[in-house]
Amino acid sequence: MLEIKGLTATIEDKIILKGIDLVVPDGEIHAIMGPNGAGKSTLSYVLSGRDGYEVTGGSVLFDGQDLLAMEPEARAAAGVFLAFQYPVELPGVGNANFIRTAVNAVRKARGEPEMDTVAFLKEARAAIKRLSMPEDMLKRNVNVGFSGGEKKRNEILQMALLQPRLALLDETDSGLDIDALRIVADGVNAARGPNFSALVITHYQRLLDHIVPDRVHVLAGGRIVRSGGPELALELEAHGYAGLEAA
Amino acid sequence: MSELDFLDRIDLASVSEHPHRLAALDAFRAAGFPTRRDEAWHFTDLKARMRDFDWAQKGDQAVLALPDLSWAGVVLRDGIWDAASSRPAPFMSRLVRDEVVRAGSTALVALNAALGQDGVEMVLRDGEEGGTVMMVAQAGASAQPITPRYRVVLGAQATLTIIEVAQGSGAYVHDPVWDITLGPGARLDHYRLQDESVQSVHIATVFVAMGEAAHYNGFTLAVGASLARSEFHVALNGARGDVHLNAAQLLTGRQHGDVTTVIAHKAPLGASRQTVKSVIDGAARGVFQGRIEVDRIAQKTDGYQMNQALLLSPEAEIDSKPELEIFADDVKCSHGATIGALDPEQIFYLRSRGIAEADARALLIRAFLTEALEPIGESMARPLFEAAIEGWWRRAAL
Repeated sequence: MLEIKGLTATIEDKIILKGIDLVVPDGEIHAIMGPNGAGKSTLSYVLSGRDGYEVTGGSVLFDGQDLLAMEPEARAAAGVFLAFQYPVELPGVGNANFIRTAVNAVRKARGEPEMDTVAFLKEARAAIKRLSMPEDMLKRNVNVGFSGGEKKRNEILQMALLQPRLALLDETDSGLDIDALRIVADGVNAARGPNFSALVITHYQRLLDHIVPDRVHVLAGGRIVRSGGPELALELEAHGYAGLEAA
Repeated sequence: MSELDFLDRIDLASVSEHPHRLAALDAFRAAGFPTRRDEAWHFTDLKARMRDFDWAQKGDQAVLALPDLSWAGVVLRDGIWDAASSRPAPFMSRLVRDEVVRAGSTALVALNAALGQDGVEMVLRDGEEGGTVMMVAQAGASAQPITPRYRVVLGAQATLTIIEVAQGSGAYVHDPVWDITLGPGARLDHYRLQDESVQSVHIATVFVAMGEAAHYNGFTLAVGASLARSEFHVALNGARGDVHLNAAQLLTGRQHGDVTTVIAHKAPLGASRQTVKSVIDGAARGVFQGRIEVDRIAQKTDGYQMNQALLLSPEAEIDSKPELEIFADDVKCSHGATIGALDPEQIFYLRSRGIAEADARALLIRAFLTEALEPIGESMARPLFEAAIEGWWRRAAL
């Protein structure tokens, strides 16, 4: 369970988050929608521990642990996964080697035995098949020469293999065609279960046609200004974000 | 220590009276250690490093494990052929030093010629396939400069892979010289691992003379020594010669590492490719000097040189000096140099996947080196080189 209370954060002395309160119970998928510049990406980066953001107030508990006190790798080991809006290219690093290193780092931190190459490849190939991804995805260098859609699918592949407890999907739908969108959504839906929760950050409603959220929150001006059920997304789609900040 | 102090340390009574040797000794005495005034040594101040050199730190060879010698090879200890540890291939023999003395083109080659104790000769007949041999030089107990000489002669179409390992403990000076001649169509794969003690000085000079359509495929990984230089002089004397000369140096603390190459295209249709990578941490300093010479006759030469450095700390430093001297008009020659740091975005991406920061950095540095390691492919040498890179991570404590 993720519990965010009164979270405020700045970047380069500019106040971006002005007091976020949000609870995501186990097994639930929540969507965060909002206009550009509302602080959506900042929220995902603060939760995953990226440098450059200063938390000035509030708290974040993840399964009762103080998430903000943990290094990024410790957050990953605890089960937090960030699907990047702009996945990073790693020239010279093979994708299979990268994902296996990550899976084993997380397993080791959790006190589980590491996976050998054969066992890992077996699981990775099965995940690739399940997610209708091209087989050569594992052989290429991480995100190098990948199309926008392939990069996002690679994020979902990593998520499938790392099996997080909480996934933060930062505008994972941006730049995706409808087929890629469906693959990404299938990946998230496949992970659904009592031990998986997600924050789906998106500007548009269309991803939420495929990943139906339990709750929708509207982030504007650094605060959550409205919360509701899935129908809220449809309302926003019809009427836009105008006027919400004043609400 | 000046040259005279240096020579004082040497047991000159043991130097052969052979006129070549005495001439070489005079040449070294006259030239002295190179200083920064010597253009070829402008970035590597050997003289200053020798001044502070502390011979007192004696090493212990017993602590050094030999690399897996399940294949043929020769072990030199402090420059002396160690018969007990060696398993020479039939074409490897002990070199009679007085007969081969290359005119001292540099002070260090002259020193090698003057003092050289043992050497190893590898001579392959036309068409002979030599397979893979190990050439291990271990050092540590010697108060004398260690000056082995290697002579490699490959007949037409002959092939050989040499895995060369230099390692040691304590303070010593290792000054090996390679004299390589490749016949028409011959191919030599030469994988060099410089893993010397961090108190040592290592100056290697490699001469390669290539016949028509000969192929020299070289890779040097340098992780050790207080001051190290690998200097290559490759001459493409016959047409259609092909040189692949890569190197990677990993430097930390106050280490100084230098890779210097001179590739002389003296015949048409030759190709040379060089990728040299330096990873520099602490207050270490790296040097790359690469000269490509293309004679008027060497038309259709294809030369490529890439030099990249990754600086891991604010005090790390690289000096890079590419030089092209082209006298033919129909050639393709390119060179490039980049200097950079690790990308924080990449590090965060890896950490967000659960990979600890130190491991993330190691992974990215290893990726940076990948291209330079290409010449060794998946050969038997690979595990040895990967282990040396691993060892460097631990020492640098990234």
